[in-house]
Amino acid sequence: MDSRQLLVQLFPHGHEVTIADDFISGTGTLDGQDISVIGTSSHTPIGVEIALAQARAVLATVRDYPQRPILLLVDTQGQRLRHRDEMLGINSYMAHLGKCLELARQSGHKIIALVYDQALSGGFVTSGMMADACYALPGATIRVMGLPAMARITKVAEEKLTALALHNPVFAPGPKNYERMGGVQAIWDGDLAQCLRDALLQADARDQRSELGQQRGGRRKSQQVIDAVMLQAAQTARTTLTARVE
Amino acid sequence: MSSYLEATARQRVAALISEFTEFLPPAKEWTSPHLPQLNAPVSFDDGVIIGRGTVDGKQVYVAAQEGGFMGGAVGEVHGAKLVGLMRAAVIHKPQALVLLAESGGVRLHEANAGLIAVSEVMRALLAVRAAGIPVIVVIGGSNGCFGGMGIVSRCANVIIMSEEARLAMSGPEVIETANGVEEFDSRDRALVWRTTGGKHRYLLGDCQMLVADDDAAFKAAIVQGMQDSIQSEVALSLAALEGEQEMLTARLQDLGNKIDPMDIWAAMGVEHPEDIAILDTEAFLQLTASIRQTERQHG
Amino acid sequence: METLVYRFEQGQRKLGSAAQLVGVVSSGNLEVLVQSLDLQSACEIEVNTAAVGFGVIWQAVMNDFNQRWQLADCRIAINDMGATPAVVSLRMDQAIEACLEQAK
Repeated sequence: MDSRQLLVQLFPHGHEVTIADDFISGTGTLDGQDISVIGTSSHTPIGVEIALAQARAVLATVRDYPQRPILLLVDTQGQRLRHRDEMLGINSYMAHLGKCLELARQSGHKIIALVYDQALSGGFVTSGMMADACYALPGATIRVMGLPAMARITKVAEEKLTALALHNPVFAPGPKNYERMGGVQAIWDGDLAQCLRDALLQADARDQRSELGQQRGGRRKSQQVIDAVMLQAAQTARTTLTARVE
Repeated sequence: MSSYLEATARQRVAALISEFTEFLPPAKEWTSPHLPQLNAPVSFDDGVIIGRGTVDGKQVYVAAQEGGFMGGAVGEVHGAKLVGLMRAAVIHKPQALVLLAESGGVRLHEANAGLIAVSEVMRALLAVRAAGIPVIVVIGGSNGCFGGMGIVSRCANVIIMSEEARLAMSGPEVIETANGVEEFDSRDRALVWRTTGGKHRYLLGDCQMLVADDDAAFKAAIVQGMQDSIQSEVALSLAALEGEQEMLTARLQDLGNKIDPMDIWAAMGVEHPEDIAILDTEAFLQLTASIRQTERQHG
Repeated sequence: METLVYRFEQGQRKLGSAAQLVGVVSSGNLEVLVQSLDLQSACEIEVNTAAVGFGVIWQAVMNDFNQRWQLADCRIAINDMGATPAVVSLRMDQAIEACLEQAK
């Protein structure tokens, strides 16, 4: 879906969101409440400039509009692959954006993300994936890397990866797989304004993705491991306490 | 002198951490559920050792990634071990969380599961900071710290690197494959280290300490990092992040048009940038003491 | 990947220590996990290896290992990524020595 059409559907009563150089920013209104809208369009690669611009918009919301929800709109081909970005420390710019979103959450802002077209790992991991919950349109693509590049790096034949990508949740790029694995909360279809309304009502500051993955069966091991580690840490702490008391 | 670079993750833990108790010791139960379908071997600790111990008599929680196994990359179990450790830290409040990072980022063999895991690690690390526990990242292995872990590292309070270490997002090979050898010649080792190595990151202010490749030096730096954290604000704050926003904006404005990292060092006041690569750690630290970007605005 | 399983009866020497892990699953290398448990004096070894079709060589290495140590109530698990027989023997010995060191 085109970003302009998306904005109309999300905010049928109007919005003041601009799109300039593939950077989306502004305010939308839902049920009389203002929402900060921040994101990217046209499958743009995420480089240092656009990471910084998104962070600036998040900080402005935290500084000037307490409690205002934030909606992240994601459409990217991934991180920009340039020497210059690495030289300047693109990982720092990305981390900064992620930290700003975490600050917003800790300051009481609800954060919802929507992958409305493409999301590739590096372009998405410190924006959409830092939201309280990430949603996706049915036609969205979410993936870690293109298959040819993955084949080159893993030394697994491209044919094998392609076959796996057809049905294996770990490799398949569709939003339904991410939903089953707990990475996506739900898929938005139909009345997008209503979907947004519901998402804001359900928003929770706790990271529930591993629990969801276990409940939905797409990613069972993660929560099991987390629970086992926490149990052992608790047992070790009790042992130390006992030793000290004796 | 005992090389951190050449040590395994277990050897690093043994050298740096005292009274270490491992959480989720190696077992068949904790191997990757996804690697077998790609005919790849598994590891009983899935490439990361977690647990608790002491440094300089102070309680710490520790994680050490094994670069030798799948490049230290994060799969479902590996990531969950880190998340479990971090959530436990919030409850039991050690005096620091120390992450001996060596990783290519998301484990591509576990694709979607690896990506979600890295994101969970990021949020969990920031929750540790929110609980007032400083997070110290050490980067000194031959695989460096890339991808999602390169981002996770810059969510920490302190980063300690050696000059042999590298910290970045995308590896030079990936960039060369995507945009050509003119964009980034991945076989130009000197360029790779100028761009992503410890000395450059230290000059930029992206790591707080640079040490020689020696276990004792890394340990001393961890102790220093813990001491420094006592006086500073550990949790995220609007003021600190606005400061970081200013710093990153200025970096772009002042240095964004530079072609080679040596141009950046020259712009920062280094008279002979071509000498930087050959200076040993001590000489480098002395030379750059006055000109290095401070981390005042580090969030 | 190939899985190979061995069992040697009537072992003589118990290690009786906590589990020990030695090695890393990197190219040309392997990890060896040694645990003590009641196996009626037997020693069980399970090998998961990326190098397929070397059963005869593994058997020889295991026979040598058992002759060397004659372990009882010992379970050994190996994840191998193409290590040479020499490296396999070395790692296995290192793991046993770590157990002995720990039991002191």
